[in-house]
Amino acid sequence: MSKDQYLIEKNGNKYEVIIGLEVHAQVLSDSKLFSTSATKFGSEPNTQVSLVDAAFPGMLPVINEFCVRQAVKTGIGLNAKINKKSIFDRKNYFYADLPQGYQISQYKDPIVGEGTVVLDLPSGPKTIGIERLHLEQDAGKSIHDIDPTSTLVDLNRSGVALMEIVSKPDLRSPEEVNLYIKKLRSIMRYLGTCDGNMQEGSLRADVNVSVRKVGSDKLGTRCEIKNVNSIKFMQMAIEYEANRQAELLEEGNAVDQETRLFDTKKNKTRPMRSKEDAHDYRYFPDPDLLPLEFDDQFIENIKKEIPELPDQKKNRFIEKFKLSPYEATILVSDLDTSKFFEKVIEKSDVKLSANWITGELFALLNENNLEIAESPISPENLSKLINLISNGTISGKIAKTIFEIMSKEDKDPNIIVEEKGLKQESDPKALEDLIQKVLNSNEDKVNEYKSGKDKLFGFFVGQVMKESKGKGNPQMINKILKDKLNG
Amino acid sequence: MANLIDLTLSDLVNKVKSKEISSKEITSTYIDRSKQSKKLNAYVEETFDRALKSSEKFDTKPDFKKKLPGIPLAVKDLFCTKNVKTTASSKILENFIPSYESTVTENLWNEGAILIGKLNCDEFAMGSSNETSHFGNVISPIDDNLVPGGSSGGSASALAAKLTPATIGTDTGGSIRQPASFTGIVGLKPTYGSCSRYGIVAFASSLDQAGPMTRDVKDCALMLEVMSSFDPKDSTSINFKRPNYSSNLNINIKGKKIGIPKEYRVDGMTSEIEKLWEKGKNYLKDCGAEIIDISLPHTNYALPAYYIVAPAEASSNLARYDGVKYGFRADGENLIDMYEKTRSQGFGDEVKRRIMIGTYVLSSGYYDAYYLKAQKVRKLIKNDFDNAFNKVDAILTPSTPSSAFKIGDKKDDPVSMYLNDIFTVPVNLAGLPGISIPAGLDKNNYPLGLQIIGKPFDEQGILDIAYSMEEKINFKLKTNDWWIK
Repeated sequence: MSKDQYLIEKNGNKYEVIIGLEVHAQVLSDSKLFSTSATKFGSEPNTQVSLVDAAFPGMLPVINEFCVRQAVKTGIGLNAKINKKSIFDRKNYFYADLPQGYQISQYKDPIVGEGTVVLDLPSGPKTIGIERLHLEQDAGKSIHDIDPTSTLVDLNRSGVALMEIVSKPDLRSPEEVNLYIKKLRSIMRYLGTCDGNMQEGSLRADVNVSVRKVGSDKLGTRCEIKNVNSIKFMQMAIEYEANRQAELLEEGNAVDQETRLFDTKKNKTRPMRSKEDAHDYRYFPDPDLLPLEFDDQFIENIKKEIPELPDQKKNRFIEKFKLSPYEATILVSDLDTSKFFEKVIEKSDVKLSANWITGELFALLNENNLEIAESPISPENLSKLINLISNGTISGKIAKTIFEIMSKEDKDPNIIVEEKGLKQESDPKALEDLIQKVLNSNEDKVNEYKSGKDKLFGFFVGQVMKESKGKGNPQMINKILKDKLNG
Repeated sequence: MANLIDLTLSDLVNKVKSKEISSKEITSTYIDRSKQSKKLNAYVEETFDRALKSSEKFDTKPDFKKKLPGIPLAVKDLFCTKNVKTTASSKILENFIPSYESTVTENLWNEGAILIGKLNCDEFAMGSSNETSHFGNVISPIDDNLVPGGSSGGSASALAAKLTPATIGTDTGGSIRQPASFTGIVGLKPTYGSCSRYGIVAFASSLDQAGPMTRDVKDCALMLEVMSSFDPKDSTSINFKRPNYSSNLNINIKGKKIGIPKEYRVDGMTSEIEKLWEKGKNYLKDCGAEIIDISLPHTNYALPAYYIVAPAEASSNLARYDGVKYGFRADGENLIDMYEKTRSQGFGDEVKRRIMIGTYVLSSGYYDAYYLKAQKVRKLIKNDFDNAFNKVDAILTPSTPSSAFKIGDKKDDPVSMYLNDIFTVPVNLAGLPGISIPAGLDKNNYPLGLQIIGKPFDEQGILDIAYSMEEKINFKLKTNDWWIK
């Protein structure tokens, strides 16, 4: 048991927190799972609704093959077993935004079986088991706050394809949940199967939480926290829920198996329905759809479309570019970041590029709350800036000044260097003149240095730099200065 | 020329093509007769004016290449018809006007047919006597106070009373063949997957099939030919080569092997039915066919299995009628209250009964014992037929265990009502084609039918057998227009 394990402590008793996630990931597809309606986010209410989506009499679902391919692709990305035969079932319940009175989902025979996701923990990699992935329809949206007396229903989302990805109860802390969601999101973004946008609801999760005393190998009774739509809320909900359950157990009470909601205003979970009130969904195979079947060739063809995934890319970065595992993890964690990095290193030094992206660029993005895809500096121009450093045209210090100018206007750094006259002075003769000038005007310091006050070396460097208006090549200044003072 | 109203569909088609009769003449004749026949309550929606205009339009620019050139047809109100009210004979869809057309009816109109109205049926096709319709029961032209059968009772009555030259129905457990048998007409349920279910109000999706109801076998072949098509909009539609059933019709069935299943000799079957079946065998022998005794050992379990599977699917299929999006809505205090009131008031007793049965058999703890077991039985029944078809080309059975009964006779006894479907239900469970042809009369002069069951996709085979038998039986449907006088 590692020291940094996440535990809940009550009255001196330590509780381990067991977490499993059901992630609902919207399939990246222009049309819905069983109809040809569009899926664009943010469209006017009820403008992307076909007769099938609104469950008109006699309307029938027809599977969208692209969504099937996306699910298989995701399954492959999760190193999972792909089931060549799966079955669509009806999950029956009544709700105003569920036009059919049932959701078409997969119950006993999902399209994807067991798989794995590897998390990069500070202590090393940890493998999280995937139980299954299945395809299902999303419901519409009930809107309660527009009309004071009625609930309005928007069916744009009705029938949109979702992948429900169920993890095994392998997660042990809010931080692991954070890393798991991010990794899952990253894999799907690499695959192009889900945009992972949590604000738009493309990625949502139900969280199953239970606690048990450290040392016990029996799972405790779990509670399911429904539809938490940000990682932060998920972590808060887990924290609250784990403490609540541990307290119950400490007081000698049992945890009831129930579905709970996370109240984002009070930062608490509260009961939604108990096991007794649980819906009886009356699952049965949808008679409107045949079993979903495909052959090995279908899977092989999809395998050919699988791009390099984060874990493979990370290993390549480490092996080929000698990046540290830490740097590599950061650079591959997000598809756009890795693309940016790979664009920059097409023409620039790898190590410098990694430093500049994870250092200056990330700081700039953070400061302005931007995604890397929105970076004010293009990878091409960053690459040019890095090359100016590598070939000695400018110093690292000047580079930072230019970077700041570039952050305001994405301009070719070569032009900035020209316009502002920031080119590094690397002519030995010119530098020698400068140095001589500094030495001449500081004869007393020169004597002090020569009598053993080595620390003054830095003073001379600074003076020369100042004299060169920051453009002097630092390595050359060092060298010439040393020769002159010691010679 | 014989009275226009007495002509078969095929004759009408020929006479239109040879320009002996115009579409308008036919259409107005059928409209007039329909108007005189309100007593039968066969129609739930009339589109007479529209139909007349369409017939005039056809006559102005006739296309004689069409298979149903300018032919007026009334259809069961389970088929969604664009801009024409479609109710499934339920209060819950009382004012529902689809913006779309079912594939099967689309196929009819594409071949030149003209809609003259929508025909009454049991509510959501649940019933065997057309007594569950929200719009009142249908009366059989065979006799006053007699049920036409169901659920395609309006279709059977309208056809037998000559209010339409041919019609279409849907058959989930016998809803085409049983009313056909009761009213002395021909009714065919095709192989599951032959006719598209797109745009047909669903009852039990794995069993529902549309099919033709006609005056004779030749008309039946023609109608099937037009109705049946592969439809990508229905995932259970099957892409197979559909023959030209009518031109392929072959009266010679010499050497065909016809199976007689011993399990169909059920308790409570009248001696008249027994005799009819015997007569059927003899007709077949006369036609040169060979009679072979066969066994379909799981027949007894078909009806119970059907009354689990069909309500299970129905309970889910009918969940969409919730008052939210279209159709009838009753006001409620809140969402649940609105649901309860809408569905309590919107559905009739039989529909509610089946929703409750279906909900029960699917609920957790009962699913395995009922639904799953019924599915296993279904498989066994399918295997029975597969085995039988290793030995025979087709199977001959009675269509129903008795002739038509009086209105109200079985209304309060659902089990006795359900027993009507005992010979037709196994065919749906196995997804096979089956045709009922009129074969005789009982002591009250009420028609009796025989059913021929075929191999999957062998509609041609059973049509040929029916065609051959029809000639020998030479059944003449006699109605004296009592409801008009």
